[in-house]
Amino acid sequence: MVTVTSSRSFSPGRFVLYALLALFCIYYLLPLYVMLVNSLKPLSEITAGGMMALPKDWTLAPWLSAWSSAQVGVEATGLKPYFLNSIIMVVPAVALSTLVGALNGYVLTKWTFRGATIVFGLLLFGCFIPFQMVLIPMARMLGLMGLAGSVTGLIFVHFVYGIGFSTLYFRNYYAAFPTELVRAAQIDGAGFFRIFWRILLPSSGPIAVVCIIWQFTNIWNDFLFGASFSDFSSQPMTVALNNLVQSSTGVKEYNVHFAGAIMAALPTLLVYIVAGRYFVRGLMAGSVKG
Amino acid sequence: MSISETANPRGSVADRLRDALPKLVLSPTVAIVAIFVYGFILFTLYLSFTDSRILPTFGLVGFENYDKLFRLRAWDTAVSNLVIFGVLYIAICCVLGLLLAILLDQRIRAEGFIRTIYLYPMALSFIVTGVAWKWFLDPGIGIEAVVQGWGWTDFKFNWIKDREMAIYTIVIAAVWQTSGFVMAMFLAGLRGIDSEMMKAAQIDGASTFALYRRIIIPQLRPAFMSAFVVLAHMAIKSYDLVIALTGGGPGTSTELPATFMYSYTFTRNQMGIGAASAVIMLMTIAAIIVPYLWSELREKK
Repeated sequence: MVTVTSSRSFSPGRFVLYALLALFCIYYLLPLYVMLVNSLKPLSEITAGGMMALPKDWTLAPWLSAWSSAQVGVEATGLKPYFLNSIIMVVPAVALSTLVGALNGYVLTKWTFRGATIVFGLLLFGCFIPFQMVLIPMARMLGLMGLAGSVTGLIFVHFVYGIGFSTLYFRNYYAAFPTELVRAAQIDGAGFFRIFWRILLPSSGPIAVVCIIWQFTNIWNDFLFGASFSDFSSQPMTVALNNLVQSSTGVKEYNVHFAGAIMAALPTLLVYIVAGRYFVRGLMAGSVKG
Repeated sequence: MSISETANPRGSVADRLRDALPKLVLSPTVAIVAIFVYGFILFTLYLSFTDSRILPTFGLVGFENYDKLFRLRAWDTAVSNLVIFGVLYIAICCVLGLLLAILLDQRIRAEGFIRTIYLYPMALSFIVTGVAWKWFLDPGIGIEAVVQGWGWTDFKFNWIKDREMAIYTIVIAAVWQTSGFVMAMFLAGLRGIDSEMMKAAQIDGASTFALYRRIIIPQLRPAFMSAFVVLAHMAIKSYDLVIALTGGGPGTSTELPATFMYSYTFTRNQMGIGAASAVIMLMTIAAIIVPYLWSELREKK
């Protein structure tokens, strides 16, 4: 990857620099490489000490097995039903939390009131609490609501604990939006929702993408809520993957585990590759604001 | 054109409704947060003072659960593991993140591409990371077996099976996952530094090393603060990675407070003690997060 074409002379210092950068690339890519190559080889090649080697016998069998026939928990269903659970869970949870976050951000910046900052602060603190603190009452509450062990219950939980971050994103974004425009529209007789719909929403594209990606990644990758509030039929992908890998019966099919791991990683990885810029923006907005 | 009838104190129902509309829109969120965050926190806090076992019960026992908790060897293990893990995780992530950010800040060809590679683990689930490293570090098939196969038959790397060393494998995997993120934070910090000052220092003949040590790194204080807060709270909440990588084992050698809380509450039927451990976790995180949020929100004003 080191090509010397610039007018700058190629100093040893820069060689070391590029070598270091390349070394770190290898470090970060190594686990992905291990997952990928081992998901495409027969089990015997792995157990014979060939984890780092390319497959001698290329095979898709581990992928097929992980998808539709591997033993997950008590049933040999593969990961497919759980992948679908995750999709059914993630789409409404992301949509709802983003929409509510947008409205909240709008109110907190353009219709601000006494104590708005305190409300926002309390909301924000809710993002950072250890969720161990809500597991017991939430389990009880989902039971009372008749949502225990269901995908709907998980949607609800992710929606509830997703509002904080989505509000944060939209609030910080709308804070920079000229308030004069809102006031002018108000004088023209536009109401609360009309202003939101016609003036703020059309310019919210970038932050909506940031928010959707953040929520999608977080909810897809969640394990704690999935493990606590789902039963065998409603488990999300992460929980099923863990069950697949930890199941102690029979031979450990490492190649199937790796294929399953890539399946669980693929949706978020794809989003990251397609819209990495927005992903990074979301990460940063969640930590260093402004 | 009806100029702002809101100012008109006629006070019809429609007007008042319109005035209340923004707060009305916000109120479901306020209610949700009041119940599902703060109400639940109070509920768990209350449970930590009760004799709850399998299910919540409401017989108050004072500080008995806390007393038991602090005497439990398993909690002691979890806390000291958290200290080891937290300190190493934060320190290594910061050093590595800063190093990578500085390396990438040297007008690198294909910087965007390299940055993408450094940061992608952050998009993965800790369960995926855990699975990948679990088998990679497994002495039977992973790196030990591979290096032995290459001819170094004495090579040993069985930390993940070793009670003393297993906690460090959690550090290895966690650093792999998050260090790219810290790099991105520091890189953003570096890009925000006034370039005039750097030029002036260079003209004064400061070496690159001195430039970084004296001028640039001190200016990264806010990035350090953010990184610390984010990493510390991630460390305290670490649960998924431990479950996927070691399951808390060998034995209980890699238990952390988060896994302790879960197993005491849901598998050992000691809900009171589990609740008490969750309260301790919350207080630790609050001690880090509250001052940070406070200063952030006040600056905004």
